[in-house]
Amino acid sequence: MNESRIRIRNLSVLYEGQTALKDVSLAIPDRQITAIIGPSGCGKTTLLRSINRLVDLTDDVKVSGEVWVDGQNILDTRADVISVRKQIGLISQKPSPLPMSIYDNVAYGPRIHGVRDRKALNKIVQDSLQTVSLWSEVKDRLHASASKLSVGQQQRLCLARSLAVKPDVLLCDEPTSALDPASSQNIEKKLIELKDSYTIIIVTHILRQARRLADYVVFLYLGQLVEHGPAKAIFESPQEARTKAYISGEIS
Amino acid sequence: MRRRKAEETIFKSLMIASIAVVVGTLLTIVIMITLKGLPALNLAMITQTPKGGYYLGKEGGILNAIVGSLYLAVGATVLAFLISLPIALFLQRDYIGKTRFASVVKLSMDILWGIPSIVYGAFGFIIMLYLGVRASLLGGIIALTLLEIPIMTRAMDEVVRTVSPDLKAASFTLGATRLQTSVNVVVRQVLPGIMTAVLLAFGRGIGDAASILFTAGYTDRIPTSPLDPVASLPLAVFFQLGTPFPEVQQRAYASALILLLIILLISVLTRLLSKRFTRHTIR
Repeated sequence: MNESRIRIRNLSVLYEGQTALKDVSLAIPDRQITAIIGPSGCGKTTLLRSINRLVDLTDDVKVSGEVWVDGQNILDTRADVISVRKQIGLISQKPSPLPMSIYDNVAYGPRIHGVRDRKALNKIVQDSLQTVSLWSEVKDRLHASASKLSVGQQQRLCLARSLAVKPDVLLCDEPTSALDPASSQNIEKKLIELKDSYTIIIVTHILRQARRLADYVVFLYLGQLVEHGPAKAIFESPQEARTKAYISGEIS
Repeated sequence: MRRRKAEETIFKSLMIASIAVVVGTLLTIVIMITLKGLPALNLAMITQTPKGGYYLGKEGGILNAIVGSLYLAVGATVLAFLISLPIALFLQRDYIGKTRFASVVKLSMDILWGIPSIVYGAFGFIIMLYLGVRASLLGGIIALTLLEIPIMTRAMDEVVRTVSPDLKAASFTLGATRLQTSVNVVVRQVLPGIMTAVLLAFGRGIGDAASILFTAGYTDRIPTSPLDPVASLPLAVFFQLGTPFPEVQQRAYASALILLLIILLISVLTRLLSKRFTRHTIR
């Protein structure tokens, strides 16, 4: 477990003086899907956004503790946030295409990291879109606006955009909550396909989704880490009373 | 129930009345200028510079003022844009955000916005005296730039602030820097708003008389160097209205009409252009 690329030690986050996360310590297994579950407002998203320091973008936030990614404590002020973020993709709740064409959305990441060669870009765009099974749907209108796509397509585009910068880790913040059932299933299928090559962390409030996807489960309650372990163990024989209550549906 | 309906009706009428005041004012100004100026408007007005005795009612036009005003306003708007956009982007929360420094910058802009343009003119004049520069195109551009910066910056700041944090986060998570995010995502997303800010400032700049009264001078010739004095439409209106001759006063209204048409033309062109550039905007 100590070899995990992502290790969190004594992480606490305060928003405007209010505790969002309290003293969380955790190691995320590599190349598996880890699901962070818990009732709304329990700090799931905060935990996820601490891993690529996106919490920084919130007003009046205090973060303490350590988040180690590949031997680097990214909460250290000297850490190179930019290169950390490049290694860690994020799929947000609501798909957020950039104000540009479908092609440029996918090429955006590689371009800012210095890929200029037209052929190389074309290949990255095609590969990324094929990985998320969007290529056949958009190959004839790559230069149309990304905002013209359906929400489900937009979410797959965002996944392709993340993959285009070749990250090692994918953070997913309730990636299917804005989607219809068919699109959700589509995304779930992609995540399962991708887990052999990526470390995936997914925040979800849908227990059934966690059961379908997760290899490892982290249960948060009111900002505290209650229990974590392999999915089977958590779902079949939870040790903590609160985990039991949440999984059986007594609290939500 | 009836009372609430009456309230609705009253407020709706008030809103319509307010709109009527605004639109009515514009219409009245346009109609008055057109009625008074149109008879004096001819091809010579916009193709010739003033000949001898123009201000006594003889031959010539105000091409010098038209070209001069365009030089002044375009030059000042370009300069103001180069200064305002970085300020507006820097005011984002990702840079200085809600810090005390940011509020100082905003307060300064608000105060600068309120300063009468004659003060900018006087200020520019003093600096020019100090530098030994006489009234010139360059002097006028500098005074107008100072006048335009607060308008443009505040208008840009307002639209830049509307960009959703999620959109910026999408760029940051791909490893983009703040500068890359600002230029590639923020500016693209709010381009129509930025165009509006530029237009607002341009309109103010091309129409302002007081700030260029001392700094740009006035001449019947079209300037050939930035250090030449330059004529302008607002001052052309002012000088022609100041003559005792009715036919010259009529030309003042014709000049005002030309100024109005230039502003209209540029607004329409900008809007058409911005439509081309905003087809990717996320709504």
